[in-house]
Amino acid sequence: MKKTVIVEGSKAVSEAVKLCRPKVIAAYPITPQTHIVENLSQIVADGELDAEFVHVESEHSAASVVLGASATGVRTYTSSSSQGLLLLLEVLYNLAGMRLPVVIGCVNRAVSSPLNIWNDHQDAITARDAGIIQLWAEDAQEALDMHIQAYKIAENKEVLFPVIVNLDGYIISHTFEAVEIPTQEEVDSFLPPYQPEVYLTPKNPLSFGAFADWNYYQEVRQIMQETIEKSKEVILEITKDFAQHFGRDNGSLVEKYKTDDAETVVIAMGSICGIIKELVDELRNQGKKVGLLRIRVYRPFPKEEIYQALKNVKNIAVFERCLSVGSGGIVANEVKSVFYGKEKQPRISNFIGGLGGRDLPKDLFRGIVERAEKEVIENEFVAVRTELIKD
Amino acid sequence: MKHLFASGHTACVGCGEVLPVIMVVDTIGPNAIYVSATGCIEVFSSRYPESAWEVPWIHSLFENAAAVASGIASALKISGRKNEAKVVALAGDGGTADIGLQALSGMLERGDDVLFVCFDNEAYMNTGIQRSGSTPFAAATTTSPAGKLWLGKMQRKKNVPAIVAAHNVPYVATASPGYYADLKNKVKKALTFEGPKYIQILSPCPLGWRSDPAMSVEIAKLAVQCGLYPLYEIVTRSENQSGFRGNGELRVTIKVEKRKPVEEYLKLQGRFRHLFDKPEGKAVIQEIQTIADENAEKYGYGEVAK
Repeated sequence: MKKTVIVEGSKAVSEAVKLCRPKVIAAYPITPQTHIVENLSQIVADGELDAEFVHVESEHSAASVVLGASATGVRTYTSSSSQGLLLLLEVLYNLAGMRLPVVIGCVNRAVSSPLNIWNDHQDAITARDAGIIQLWAEDAQEALDMHIQAYKIAENKEVLFPVIVNLDGYIISHTFEAVEIPTQEEVDSFLPPYQPEVYLTPKNPLSFGAFADWNYYQEVRQIMQETIEKSKEVILEITKDFAQHFGRDNGSLVEKYKTDDAETVVIAMGSICGIIKELVDELRNQGKKVGLLRIRVYRPFPKEEIYQALKNVKNIAVFERCLSVGSGGIVANEVKSVFYGKEKQPRISNFIGGLGGRDLPKDLFRGIVERAEKEVIENEFVAVRTELIKD
Repeated sequence: MKHLFASGHTACVGCGEVLPVIMVVDTIGPNAIYVSATGCIEVFSSRYPESAWEVPWIHSLFENAAAVASGIASALKISGRKNEAKVVALAGDGGTADIGLQALSGMLERGDDVLFVCFDNEAYMNTGIQRSGSTPFAAATTTSPAGKLWLGKMQRKKNVPAIVAAHNVPYVATASPGYYADLKNKVKKALTFEGPKYIQILSPCPLGWRSDPAMSVEIAKLAVQCGLYPLYEIVTRSENQSGFRGNGELRVTIKVEKRKPVEEYLKLQGRFRHLFDKPEGKAVIQEIQTIADENAEKYGYGEVAK
């Protein structure tokens, strides 16, 4: 029986992983990802999932264990966060180049220094160039849904890329929400067993992870770029297929919330979008044409979807919880590039905030919308404690 | 005989690493999955579009061969394919003693069913002969050169077999391509144990050791005969499928009654040449002789032959 329960986000994720029947799970604890690992350990300890749980000594080894297992032909899972994701970043590039369909949960958290265990998006954004598909959840239900979708996307023969499912640390991972947990039968009918065409076996002795010189390396990278771009179609098909199976439509690569006739649109990712939607509703009630565009799939970057959704708006305000020190907003730059050379040119402002878990009240976004309506703002930090910044 | 590690690889002339690789792979046979750490073996065996591997093989990164091997072993176990293949990780001394030590320790502690073979050429040869934790005392490398103040590496070699043995794993051994039968026996014996196994094989590198490529096997023998590279095994697991018994005590497999003086080993290698050229080298050679003497006492080798 399908059931709706009140569970912690981490529990929802571990239930989703269990329903996907991974054979090898390897993970190293890092706050705030720990509950996912603990729940999965309990699930394996109770014999509810026929899987090997490999207790690794670092995130680098967690990713390496799932790399080896995936190359041996089984479905795998690991999850991490922050420093852990950075430590395994080297393996992430390797997984991507070897086109191994590993699914990784990333409970988003700030990156040291200063040490900070709270939520922002610096970890996964830093991994943006590795050749991974990145899905970004808004709430626990979507985090659960995206984990199930992630396997189907990753393992699709036209895709074969690792997938990271992002969920905001604490705000999603440690908050209790009403979540509909699908049945095993439902998931089984959506997600077939993993059957790779090639894997490590003496029956067909192949070499994986070869050394490629300048005669071959570049084409491998080019094929990755072209294939991950094409994977957008597969991702869309799979989300549609998911909606048919589970009755929940998670939308497109982007979620368009009241953008159709909007004059000003906020672009954001993750759980903060819930608050921004509330604000949009309030402003709409006051007669202001405001909308939200939520990026659900950050890699491959949904350029065409963003352009089509926002080509007729006047103002765009990109809000992001990450920073390229020495450049500024990262997502903002990518959004700006969408409109370069295009006929329609909305005004694009960008704001950075909520770093290291700083609270983001609704009124803050009211201010962002008002500012973006008046002028073009570049790299403005919001909710700043000015007393901490000396001249 | 057809080797499972095919000819046409790009190892250097006289390479003392590819030789034991072939010995190990041929001994194990076709039913194995190999993981290589980044390093010479990976580079000389897998340059796309060619591959020397007639057995399933994967290379991931420098430091993670043990963890990748754990993943393979776990996947085989959970999918009921355990009898399909042994899992063997191959790494150089850098990928074992230094950057790979953490992943190796994790694999050993978990008890994963993996044979880890370290090909110990005593420096980072693939990147151009830089000092590693496994470089022996006084050997000159590009980062531990002989100079006005330095006489090569000023620290002793890291004892990785002892570190591995401290994990209480079923089987630990050292080997040398100069003693093929001993090496072969150890590989065979290791694979009779369930769980982590470790074999460290001295792998003379003519390029890095600045030695005659024709002398690699001879040098591999001399290292043992002078007492600097004792060959032994430590069987910890009380019993295995073949009935081997062990109590964790070290057993010397190649006994040396009459030791060669260390000079005989050192003088064949350019990496120790500064010890013979510089007046202060004499005392250093004496110190190396002391290391060999300590080994001799520990492993029951005889006196240095006059």
